[in-house]
Amino acid sequence: MNDVWQANWGMMAPEWVILAAAVVLLLIDLAMPSERSRRPLAWGAAAAAVIALAATAAMIPADPVSILHDTFRLDGFAKAFKLILLAGGALALLLVADWEPKKGGRYRGEFAYMMLFALLGAMMVASSGDLLTLFVSIELLTVSSYILAGLRKTATASNEAALKYVINGGIATAIMLFGMSYVFGLTGTTNLGDIARRLQETNEPYVLGFAFLLLLIGVSFKLATVPFHMWAPDVYEGAPVPATAFFSVVSKAAGFILLLRLFVTMFAAAPAAGRDPSSLLLSMQPVIAVLAGLTMIVGNVVALRQRSLKRLLAYSSIAHAGYLLAGVAAMSWAMIDSLWIYLLAYVFMNIGAFAIVAHIAHQTGSDDFDGLSGLYRHRPLLAAALGLFLLSLAGIPGTAGFIAKLYLFIGLVVTEPGHYVLAAVMAVTTVISYVYYFNLLVQLFFRPASLAPLGRLPAGLSAAVVVCALGTLVIGWMPGLAYDVLAQFGHFGDFLP
Amino acid sequence: MMFLSLLVFSPLLGILLLAFVRKTDTKTIQWLGTAATVPPLFLALFAFIQSGRGFRLEQLDEAHDWVRLANLPFLTDAAYVIRYELSIDGLSLVFLVLTAVLATLAAAASLLVKAEKKGYFMWLLALEIGMLGVFAAANFIWFFLFLEVTLVAMFLLVGKWGGFERERAAYGYLVYNGLGSALLLVVIAVLVARTGTANFALLREMLHNPVAQGQLIAPLTEEGRHWLLGGLLLAFAVKLPAVPLHRWLIRVHVEAPPPVVMLHAGVLLKIAAYGMIRFGIGLFPDEFRTFAGVIAVVGVINVLYGALLALRQSELKHVLAYSSVSHMGVVLVGLGALNEAGIQGAVFQSVAHGLIAALSFLLVGILTERMRATELNRLGGLTKAMPVFSGYLLTAALALLGLPGLAGFVGEFTAFLGLFATKPALAAAGALGLIFAAVYSLRAVLEITFGRTREPQAPSLREAQRDAADLRAKEAVPAFILVALIVAVGVYPQLLAAPLAAALETMMNGLGG
Repeated sequence: MNDVWQANWGMMAPEWVILAAAVVLLLIDLAMPSERSRRPLAWGAAAAAVIALAATAAMIPADPVSILHDTFRLDGFAKAFKLILLAGGALALLLVADWEPKKGGRYRGEFAYMMLFALLGAMMVASSGDLLTLFVSIELLTVSSYILAGLRKTATASNEAALKYVINGGIATAIMLFGMSYVFGLTGTTNLGDIARRLQETNEPYVLGFAFLLLLIGVSFKLATVPFHMWAPDVYEGAPVPATAFFSVVSKAAGFILLLRLFVTMFAAAPAAGRDPSSLLLSMQPVIAVLAGLTMIVGNVVALRQRSLKRLLAYSSIAHAGYLLAGVAAMSWAMIDSLWIYLLAYVFMNIGAFAIVAHIAHQTGSDDFDGLSGLYRHRPLLAAALGLFLLSLAGIPGTAGFIAKLYLFIGLVVTEPGHYVLAAVMAVTTVISYVYYFNLLVQLFFRPASLAPLGRLPAGLSAAVVVCALGTLVIGWMPGLAYDVLAQFGHFGDFLP
Repeated sequence: MMFLSLLVFSPLLGILLLAFVRKTDTKTIQWLGTAATVPPLFLALFAFIQSGRGFRLEQLDEAHDWVRLANLPFLTDAAYVIRYELSIDGLSLVFLVLTAVLATLAAAASLLVKAEKKGYFMWLLALEIGMLGVFAAANFIWFFLFLEVTLVAMFLLVGKWGGFERERAAYGYLVYNGLGSALLLVVIAVLVARTGTANFALLREMLHNPVAQGQLIAPLTEEGRHWLLGGLLLAFAVKLPAVPLHRWLIRVHVEAPPPVVMLHAGVLLKIAAYGMIRFGIGLFPDEFRTFAGVIAVVGVINVLYGALLALRQSELKHVLAYSSVSHMGVVLVGLGALNEAGIQGAVFQSVAHGLIAALSFLLVGILTERMRATELNRLGGLTKAMPVFSGYLLTAALALLGLPGLAGFVGEFTAFLGLFATKPALAAAGALGLIFAAVYSLRAVLEITFGRTREPQAPSLREAQRDAADLRAKEAVPAFILVALIVAVGVYPQLLAAPLAAALETMMNGLGG
């Protein structure tokens, strides 16, 4: 018990802030008279995320530490990715504050604090040093996400989304847990560092390889990468837009954090099957590369045919998961760095796009991309902001998306021999993505306005759009600022326990 | 010194000012939009004149810290530092002046554009920033950044202000050039990843100095270099464009608003020529030799194919579009010759064709506005109605066919002279294209100017054509300036050769001959 009392709980400050805020908001929601608006809860939640973000930023210079028998680690990796999770969470909560339920629905207070719980889960994933905490925190994230997806209780689409999410997520969890059980069986421990050390001496490479694949399948579900991506478009379409924004940014980031924590820590030095002298992780590189390639191709090609903005963004986010997975498949020293930069850029450009789509979908009552027609005429600034986010998603220079993608490219070719095929696939699919992103630009700027002018953008959405636009532009034109933050983590030299 | 930054980014001021002008105030917009292109013109001409008086252009170099991509213990301090760097030499200066001149003239010619002028001028100025930046950039990342600015600006300019099939043309442009850019980006990523720098001068050092090669982060094999150069050349071949990758060019020439085509044919295609010279010969001189034969053959095919198809077109814009294909082939011919005359010819031809194409499309724009037709069989006898205009059109045709004393001749002559020295048989075949050029340009223009006057069927058209006025002063000035420049380059090619000399010498040293 001494451990528990003597542990340095202060290093969990950001988590405490989020947890306390979630619990307090939950209690307030219970105690509040039912006719009062629940919107202020979301503002409170966003404020909590910002405070936690500041707390995390304040901890950046600290040395890496771990408490509770290495189950909770606060290394550079955890800090860096918590910054992204919290930034994404805070922005998504701004969208929640201005969420307008469709007719018959009612604004629900759960939205704010369930998102905080999900965020807490994601943050714990980043800090986990143990299979158990890793599993529990990813489940906290996903179970909260199921509720977020089904929040519009009266809407069939929302219920369908939640159900699909539960079933797919449940299967993924089961497979992942199955894989973890093999790892535990081989090593007799759940501590990631101990597992890594004991796996080096294992003489069961085939069992280990099987466990690797099971874990990869489980994680692929969470990341929505091909061939386990089918659930994503339906869930993204049915869920309320702020929840979709949260899934596509924070949940996806958490999935990649999980991937890095699990695979790089455990398998980077584990022996491979066959006569391959390199590690298990390196020998599985082709598998990850193929998955990444397929994800980029399927996501981008299918996105070409979408007319619903939410589905289009869903496929686009599958494609982006493919780019990120290609960054993992690169397995160069730039791997974690490039993922961090990409996810940072992705937070801004994707949430920005979702914020505007949320507004348009609410005002026009549909999310068909015709709704964008002639937006430039009524709301030139809004159209320009959406244009910026789309260009950034397309990876056009002058935006954050380009800087991030450039780094992925560099990571892919920095080793000898480079992963040229993967780089080529990424290049070609990027051009394919131009077609559908520019298609939206055509709607925005070329088409005559078909609908009545949109109403004013509410405060929360405006704040989100402004922050996202600034982030996209600043990283695009002054990438030095983002890279200076990244440089503080020293290429994540303390990643391996 | 902020000279180059000022030169590149000064149109930004125009964009900002335009944002405050009311959409309906087209006069102010036209005036402001044109005025915004003047500062870069002045600065470019100033640099051009100063360099003619012996001013060393390296003094204009600019560099500011931008981003450090990685800071690894096993690397040197300078590795993976990308800076904001601008720098010019004689080669870039020539293209900068061309860009600045044509941008001002295109802005002046944009009188023809009537719809949504505000947005049009904002994007036109953005396009100018992109073009100027491409020629002033001193590292690959910034080169690419500026290049993509032109991609987005062109997509919007063609897709929104173009003709009937504008969106199809815009998408064609986007996909072809996007693929070219993507390929270029992969090459850039490999170079930056392996050398740790994007700066042209440092790259050249890293790739050729055996001592510096030891500092490479990961090796670049001989084979790898060939692939890199192949990728570069292919990427620029799309943008040049080389047959069979030219489909997009035809559509853009036909559909885009004529002032935009002035810039597109006049400058954007030349970026490809510039890229091949700067990066192909500049960074990979040894490997370039392997490709020289292929380049020359593709060039000759371009010359002949473009000329033959231009012969068969029944619409003026199509004739000019295929003539662009043919003329850009001459650039390749010059590069494939791989000697000083050839490379000089390639640059001459780029500039000459830039001026001639700009003149042609300036006139096409006016023709479209007055006659509402550009089909050859619906136009004729214009000398009576519009004598001054017809005079300019004839001049353009003569320049196009390479009449000695005009700019086109200098480029074609020097480029083919180069190829005759190294590959005479190929050059002889290609020279046939020059004869075709005379046929297609005279066929098209003589029919329009001297042919039988045709009465259009539609009464509204008849009305319009009868009232067609000759060139107004506002239109005649840009046309006159272009003709003057074409003649100036034609009779005094030293105007271009002088600033180029030093840059060419460095390149010939790199080629080892």
